[in-house]
Amino acid sequence: MSPALLGLVTIVIGVGGCLGYFYFSNLFLDKVLFPASGPNAGRNINRANMIRPWLFLAPAILALGLYLGYPVFETLRLSLTDRTQDGAFVGFANYQQMFAEPKFWEAMRNNMLWLIVVPAASTAFGLLAAQLTDRIKWGAFAKSLIFMPMAISFVGASVIFKLVYDARPAGNEQIGILNAVWMQFDGGFGSLLFLKMLPVVILAVFAALVAYIGWLLLRPIVTGSDNILVKALRAISGLISLWIAVVALRNILDVIGMDFPYGQPQSWLTMPFYNNFFLMVVLIWIQTGFAMVILSAALRGIPEETVEAAIVDGANPFQIFFKIKVPQIMPTIVVVWTTITLVVLKVFDIVFAMTNGQWETQVLANYMYDKLFRANDWGVGSASAIIIMLLVSPILIWNVVQARKEMR
Amino acid sequence: MDNIAGRKSGLSWAVNLSVVLLVALWLFPTVGLLVSSFRTADQISASGWWKALFPAEQVVQLRTGGAEVAIQEGTLWVVEGNLLEDSEEGPTPGTEITRFGVSSKAVDAFAVGETASFTKDTKTFTMDAAGNYRFTSTKELKKRGQRVFVTATLPPDFTLANYDQVLISGNSNDSMTKAFLNTLTVTIPATIIPIVIAAFAAYALAWMEFPGRALLIAAIVGLLVVPLQLALIPLLKLHLNVGIGKGYLGVWLAHTAFGLPLAIYLLRNYMSGLPRDIIENAKVDGATDFQIFTKIILPLSFPALASFAIFQFLWTWNDLLVAKVFLIDSTGNTTVMTNQIVELLGTRGGNWEILATAAFVSISVPLLVFFAMQRYLVRGLLAGSVK
Repeated sequence: MSPALLGLVTIVIGVGGCLGYFYFSNLFLDKVLFPASGPNAGRNINRANMIRPWLFLAPAILALGLYLGYPVFETLRLSLTDRTQDGAFVGFANYQQMFAEPKFWEAMRNNMLWLIVVPAASTAFGLLAAQLTDRIKWGAFAKSLIFMPMAISFVGASVIFKLVYDARPAGNEQIGILNAVWMQFDGGFGSLLFLKMLPVVILAVFAALVAYIGWLLLRPIVTGSDNILVKALRAISGLISLWIAVVALRNILDVIGMDFPYGQPQSWLTMPFYNNFFLMVVLIWIQTGFAMVILSAALRGIPEETVEAAIVDGANPFQIFFKIKVPQIMPTIVVVWTTITLVVLKVFDIVFAMTNGQWETQVLANYMYDKLFRANDWGVGSASAIIIMLLVSPILIWNVVQARKEMR
Repeated sequence: MDNIAGRKSGLSWAVNLSVVLLVALWLFPTVGLLVSSFRTADQISASGWWKALFPAEQVVQLRTGGAEVAIQEGTLWVVEGNLLEDSEEGPTPGTEITRFGVSSKAVDAFAVGETASFTKDTKTFTMDAAGNYRFTSTKELKKRGQRVFVTATLPPDFTLANYDQVLISGNSNDSMTKAFLNTLTVTIPATIIPIVIAAFAAYALAWMEFPGRALLIAAIVGLLVVPLQLALIPLLKLHLNVGIGKGYLGVWLAHTAFGLPLAIYLLRNYMSGLPRDIIENAKVDGATDFQIFTKIILPLSFPALASFAIFQFLWTWNDLLVAKVFLIDSTGNTTVMTNQIVELLGTRGGNWEILATAAFVSISVPLLVFFAMQRYLVRGLLAGSVK
């Protein structure tokens, strides 16, 4: 049977089966098991109404339990066993083996880089795009173009950016736009302007911004009346911000002192450390649209009186944006940030398609795939999956807590 | 919104300009792929795609007529004609030629009007800007004519040959047709089935009272973020043990289950926002839960159903990992487009015409869906992000 026909049959059987199940189980409940007639009609109706929700929920609970609930525990169990010893319990041996591998720590380091850079950059670009497009006539059109990469697969995006990063030997015509631009720089005044001064300015602004955020986070520890947990969180995130600011400042010195290989085409994807950022660009390119759409809706939800009051008080557009608007949409920013963080933690396709973890670009999800299906080591593979789960779980708990709060 | 107080922002032009820049930056990579997919391999490696959009000076190889059209004038064999009109390929007649050459080592050695003498001065060649030429030789000519290189400014030139090769006539290793059908086969059931299951569950969670409801909702919010990496090994083992193995059934089941948390979450949120009166009135009129669900809730929930359908469609169409683990076996007969492209990246890494076309075939369907149903996608995103 041809796959297309098989697919059609499956749709009919699957959908028909589902509908049939719901219809007939419902009928059975009402007519046979607890008929709403006879001496016990009232009690039967109540009983039927107690059971019906579970009839409706059964397929979903079964599927979720089997395909998402059970694997969590099974993976945990597998991570403590060894396949070559017939699944014997080996305690934390797999974890020990994994922690001893440099490739794992490379993946961890890269994942942390991804976790800092991608959500921050996507949210920042998204906020910028949302704020700018809200103020112009053709904003809706511009938005839909920036949003478009959301529809493109990670693999498709990888091909798109491989073309952007393509490198030809020196002397040939460059067909990758990045190298074509790069070859325009020759060490003259333009190079000085764009490759030295511009990055320095950007880094300085970034450092100042992060330091300011750190200061905002740290200041209330002394003056505020938060409880100890909030204070600790503030201290940690504030110190991380300050540290990032210091790193950015140190990079300014690096940029100034760096000798660029002008006139040499660069193979961007094989440059250790920096190639991670070229991979991140792909995900930022995709996720910015998402951030923009959500944040744009939030910006429009801001009560106009607050903005009007600020204008009357003489605030300039930047003050309005940073002091009036951003604080009001902070909850949405957190949502966007965490959602993108989740995407980043699971990122697999981009790395798999572009470098396959070579040249020090490994990330956890690809490391896991490597262990599972290339090295056939299910123990270490499961252990790395559990690491991903551990990294996700703070967000999971936070989401559940928020959802429960909302329901009350 | 900053203009509410009646003040026109002086930054308006700056805002417009920044948005133009931003949009251009975001659009540029995709346009590059699209343009490349309409160029031949030679064109792609000869110049960057951004140059293909404008008329460009190019060198084209053409041939004069051969022995059969030669006329003997005294001791000379002479061929006359028009290079552009006589050949089917190359620039269209009327193109202005600026330079020409007769050797591949010096393709633009002569300006039009000059006379080239070559092969120890036994042959001469001259032509004008319109392509009219005169070729003479002291010896009898060979069957094939003389090779001539002409330089001319040509308009942008695009071809559908890549699509023809990738979709219709190419060899089976590069062909996307099978992968396209396979992807469809994966996608459609994997989009429809979870909707049916989730709709019933969402109705139960939104409008039925039973113990444990809050707990179930919390569990679904939790499952929303469980990485599917965790599910790979246990489920593959399960599939192999119960005899499903690798194949469509396995991938449909997996996609269905992985899509369910979002589906239930989106639909429940939407359904619980429907007006209570309608449902209570229907109950008073004697409608059963099943009737309420199919006759009232489902039609009213269409926007939410559409939102989720788009999500699930995009996700299953673009997926690589689930297909690689649960579907694609060693025969490769069930490969999907994303996997086909990754394999092309390995085997045809330098053949940009094939890669670009294959990639564009795969992203064209999601793009169509995206532009047609963007409204629902946005609505789904706004409802789907956990607040």
